Amino acid sequence: MRTITFRDALREAIREEMQRDERVFILGEDIAGYGGTYAVSKGLFEEFGEKRVRDTPLAEEVITGAAIGAALGGLRPILELMTINFSLLASDQIVNQAAKFRYMFGGQPEIRLVVRMPGGGGAQRGAQHSQMLESWYAHIPGLKVVMPATPYDAKGMLKSAVRDPDPVLFIEHELLYNIKGEVPDEDVDYTVPLDRGEVRREGQHVTIITFSRMLHVTMQAVEDLAKEGIEAEVIDLRSIRPIDIDLIINSVKKTNRVVIAEEGWKYYGTGQGLAALIYEYAFDYMDAPVQHVNSADVPMPYSKVLERAALPNKSDIVNAVKAIVPQALVRG
Amino acid sequence: MKTVEMPKMGDTMEEGKILRWIKHEGDLVNKGESLAEVETDKVNIEIEAFASGVLRKILVPEGESAPIGTGIALIGAPDEPLPGNVSGNGSTRVTASTPTEMEKGEKTSEAPAQKQGGLLREEIGAGYLQGASQEVNVQTARTTESQGRVFISPIARRLAEENQLDYTRIHGTGPNGRIIKMDIEAVLTQQQAVPAVPAAPAPIQAIAPEAVPAGIDTGEVIEIPLTAMRRTIAKRLSQSMQTAPHFYVTSIIDTGKLAELRKQINEYAEKDSAPVKVSFNDLIIKAVARALLRMPQVNVSFAEDRLIQKKQVHIGMAVALEQGLIVPVVRNADQRGILDIARESQRLAELAHTGKLRPEDFSGGTFTVSNLGMFDVDSFTAVINPPESAILAVGSITPTPVVVDGQIVVRDRMKVTLSSDHRAIDGATAARFLQEVKRLLEEPFGLLL
Repeated sequence: MRTITFRDALREAIREEMQRDERVFILGEDIAGYGGTYAVSKGLFEEFGEKRVRDTPLAEEVITGAAIGAALGGLRPILELMTINFSLLASDQIVNQAAKFRYMFGGQPEIRLVVRMPGGGGAQRGAQHSQMLESWYAHIPGLKVVMPATPYDAKGMLKSAVRDPDPVLFIEHELLYNIKGEVPDEDVDYTVPLDRGEVRREGQHVTIITFSRMLHVTMQAVEDLAKEGIEAEVIDLRSIRPIDIDLIINSVKKTNRVVIAEEGWKYYGTGQGLAALIYEYAFDYMDAPVQHVNSADVPMPYSKVLERAALPNKSDIVNAVKAIVPQALVRG
Repeated sequence: MKTVEMPKMGDTMEEGKILRWIKHEGDLVNKGESLAEVETDKVNIEIEAFASGVLRKILVPEGESAPIGTGIALIGAPDEPLPGNVSGNGSTRVTASTPTEMEKGEKTSEAPAQKQGGLLREEIGAGYLQGASQEVNVQTARTTESQGRVFISPIARRLAEENQLDYTRIHGTGPNGRIIKMDIEAVLTQQQAVPAVPAAPAPIQAIAPEAVPAGIDTGEVIEIPLTAMRRTIAKRLSQSMQTAPHFYVTSIIDTGKLAELRKQINEYAEKDSAPVKVSFNDLIIKAVARALLRMPQVNVSFAEDRLIQKKQVHIGMAVALEQGLIVPVVRNADQRGILDIARESQRLAELAHTGKLRPEDFSGGTFTVSNLGMFDVDSFTAVINPPESAILAVGSITPTPVVVDGQIVVRDRMKVTLSSDHRAIDGATAARFLQEVKRLLEEPFGLLL
């Protein structure tokens, strides 16, 4: 095991997959000479050359379509979009084309496409560049949507995504690139499945379901809660679609209480989708309504102070937990 | 609109009877003023208003009873609309719906009442008042402020139904008075009549194999669902072992004189007007009660920030049942004569075996005696029955060679082991207590004096 950054873990995954399979190539805006907006692809151009590390024009629909075409032709493109916000320009390609081909053409073509894109707020990038849009894509049958929160998962899930026969949207939170974590040595070829959540902490009083950057906020919150005797179980969803519903339901059966902590907005998003599933499958085990921690229902403010106020934080999670965990239960 | 509920006045109270309404509908009431006189199982008491306002509606008329927690009256502003579904508890259906009892100034619908899903409603002002003189299909025993229905979480409801518990009588501690899982579990724990489990579990299982509920054969193993009693036993015993640091002192007691005394007492007692047979266990209960009277520092509960010393001596006696264990309590054992203890212990054992113990029969113990002597058990250690702080485990009486004045003679002897909670009781205290028990059993005439 080594301790490396989320960024380095992603780069290792790409490099190892490119070494393993010469059909794997990467394309995107400024990924070659510049090394990528977040420096994920730095050094890969020098190692693999312009045939497999391709700079593209600033035209998301075109380059996504090109990547899909390459996949149809038997290649395994890893497309980097500069942010998920720009993917809206390519949404027809993703939703109407990539997600549909295998279904519409009798299962013949495999769209082995990975679209990597940063998302999320907290870095003062303004309303147009700070969004969590994973639920838009997770709504679509035919797509897989994953959001790892640790370097280990980033590397293992990116490798799984490259090897997966379906289009995978790989969403990286902008504020996670510099976090560090343990990752197996370079000669260890490990993968992390694209359909499994992970229990990050066990507890009996409440289940907190979270993913991406909010996992780290949640882990701080549960430390505070533990000091007051509240033992929270933390589930890192990792994959938004498909969703590891069994893991969630089994935890809810144990704790009877759920807090969902996400960075996205409240309405019609990942959290509400999860809550609906929980009510559908675990209603008889609920002792309190699902609590939902999310961003303020506004476009992300640019002001640092207002941005901080709009994003969910540690005390939001602590308060949500305390709202449904009875004091007497903790004392007992 | 505030609902006045039948208050709980005393541990054993389950319902109260309205003897007299001191205030009447339409009367102004101030917080703290007496509203009604209520008869409980023990006393008659006046209940006070906890809020000021107008007594808008009496839900339980004079002469009728209501379970604790049931809405008995509504207090509100003079013009506040009455909530819908105003009714009394299930057993005392509100018969107060004749027009005269309805709010003055409110319109009583003369038109035929509309039938809606079995409920007959008459529209009155802004709210609905149920016409309860008609057959009202309302089971709820509890009127919440806004809707007159019981709020209960799904898992709490499921737990209640699984245990055939009438949750409408339970007070909810969740938001909006919602009944949550914990509330049901608390009631189940109370009900289960398993205040304690005295002995090490193994021998208990040995005597109750047929008590096993039907199991599910999974092929390799048989999975046996837990009964509520078993769950309680598991919870209480784990809690005891995990929180109370147990320590043990053992003593060997010569029972020669005790056996002689018992024989004499029984010769007398069988000719008594109410014949009774005194067991060794009755004498041990008496001895322990005596010792506790002399050493109240053992008659305590550990309450985290303080010790609670009980003024009364209530001795629990562990009784093995097919489905588990129960510890009925001989109350004020220190004040009872031996025959009285014997009668009481027999009565309790019978009730335990027929499942007829009432809560007061098995609650409030301050010390427990667990006797496995009849199973040829040499000695054992028992788990303390919380919130008590000590328990005496009694083994068999065994003829034993002992040295008396340099000669080996055979004497009947019995090993007893005291388990104590070290947070509350120190080693020397426990040892002195056991010494006192031993003295009382070896020189048992003291029990008569």
